[in-house]
Amino acid sequence: MKRGFIILSVITACLLAYAGYQALVVAPTERTMGDVQRIFYYHVPSAWTAFLLFFINFVASVQFLASAKPSRQAVAKWIVIAIAIIGVIAAFLPAVQEQLKSTGMRPSALATTVLMLPVFYFLIGKWFPGQRLDMLAVTAAEVGVVFCTVVLVTGPIWARPVWGIWWATGDIRLTSTLVLWLIYVSYLVLRRFSNSAQTQMLAAALAVFGALDVPLVYFSIWFFRTQHPQPVIGGGGSIDPRMLHILLINWVSFLCFAFLVCWARFRLELLRRQVEDEYAMESLGEAASTGARASLPLKRNAS
Amino acid sequence: MNEASSSLLSVTFATLKKDIRLEWRSKDALNSMLFFSLLVVVIFSFSFDPLAEESRLIVGGLVWVAFLFAAVVALNQTWARELRNQVLDAYRVSPAPANALFLAKVLGNFIFVIVLEALMTPLFVIFYNLHVLGPAWQLIPLALLGTWALVVNGTFFAAMSLRTRNRELMLPLLLFPISIPAVLGMVAGTTAVLTGDNPAHFYIVLLLTYDVVFTTACLGLFETILHAE
Amino acid sequence: MNAIKFLAAAYIATWLIHGTYLTTLVGRFQRVRRELAELGKSGQRRM
Repeated sequence: MKRGFIILSVITACLLAYAGYQALVVAPTERTMGDVQRIFYYHVPSAWTAFLLFFINFVASVQFLASAKPSRQAVAKWIVIAIAIIGVIAAFLPAVQEQLKSTGMRPSALATTVLMLPVFYFLIGKWFPGQRLDMLAVTAAEVGVVFCTVVLVTGPIWARPVWGIWWATGDIRLTSTLVLWLIYVSYLVLRRFSNSAQTQMLAAALAVFGALDVPLVYFSIWFFRTQHPQPVIGGGGSIDPRMLHILLINWVSFLCFAFLVCWARFRLELLRRQVEDEYAMESLGEAASTGARASLPLKRNAS
Repeated sequence: MNEASSSLLSVTFATLKKDIRLEWRSKDALNSMLFFSLLVVVIFSFSFDPLAEESRLIVGGLVWVAFLFAAVVALNQTWARELRNQVLDAYRVSPAPANALFLAKVLGNFIFVIVLEALMTPLFVIFYNLHVLGPAWQLIPLALLGTWALVVNGTFFAAMSLRTRNRELMLPLLLFPISIPAVLGMVAGTTAVLTGDNPAHFYIVLLLTYDVVFTTACLGLFETILHAE
Repeated sequence: MNAIKFLAAAYIATWLIHGTYLTTLVGRFQRVRRELAELGKSGQRRM
């Protein structure tokens, strides 16, 4: 276990160094933005990693809530399967295909993405039974918040020289990422402020609420934006294949890095719970050894 | 099935009647909310002193900020009352459906906040010389849906923060991030109606979606929260 | 020239954030390990 961690850390360090070299030296300079565009090689992979981690948190929370009751587990299972089936069928409907054409996405890609959902759901349920689901949720949320912070810090640093302003309130990506960050920080605050056994259920419920909120946040800002004056933001356009290649290299290396950090955080959570359990056992043991005296007043009360 | 739904309704209305009677006798929540939002109105009117034109642009935000904070005052008290004398524990062991309790609390808070809004709106009109340029009737669905959005999630998170240390502090920390789309809808919708520049239909639809999604989620998860061990 | 400054700032900020988080993680690990060791010791004493 420990050797695997060290080997993976070395590989990740090499990958990150290589990806950084590619991003800073090899990648072609963008025509309009110049060197500032190279921030994207850190900004975008961090954002994708953060979203992936928040998604893992959501899936783990749903699994945790479902695992409380067998009946609920069955319902959740069928809902996930139904979503996958509907998604796959919908991807090949003519009406949806028209929509997809404008985004440049192939129907098979959408179908594969939707199919990944139940696979993801069941794999997480299989690999992380019981309490480990909750540990996975807290790990993913915490590391996700760190990556989201990186996104929120590098975003304005990029925006300043390109747009001339640090922050555009109407910009849909920055603002919805900020709201996402706020939601998950409140999730971590909840976990910090209550250490009882009920916390896990409460936190899982909050995670589900946060995930439900994300599309609403996105649409509300999207509409708000259409009504308000905007800084000129060049979007879309086709991306140079070399740039895309380097972006993907960076993403892979950041994913490895995130995996390592999650691994460490998960171990920490395991150790922390071990300490808690042993404290509980110890106080139980003490109560047992002094049990004769401790039980006296109770008996007196009863009689 | 029929019996279950009738017991849900009867428990809901019994609890609602009890809460309203308690509030009618003490007027704790309503008085503190009223005084709080009055303070907000007065302080903001000092600090901005706007012309009628400008006030149309900012008052949508002011109104909802005042109501949001005032609602938190009321929401914090809803469950605290049930903690005394272990009423909540009694609920937990009773066969009454958990959602009935939740619905009663939401309806009670909804009524309190709506009363507050009805009383405060004339004050806003006076202090800021308001004159609505858009279709004024749209403010009513905006207010109803927006208040429901605040109250349904607020009641849920108030029940959640009962289990935490410093629970009075926890409620806004949990409620505000989740409420951002709703608050955006209320504020932008109200501004749109006041200035008459944009249609507010989208915001009403947004608030309606928000209400449906989160009312369903709250009803689905409240039992888990109430019985969480 | 100015662009390079922003670029450097972004890259440094990224690793600063990750570094800070990793440092807190290491600190928390040490604390938990210490607690675990203390628990083990007191457990032995009682035996």
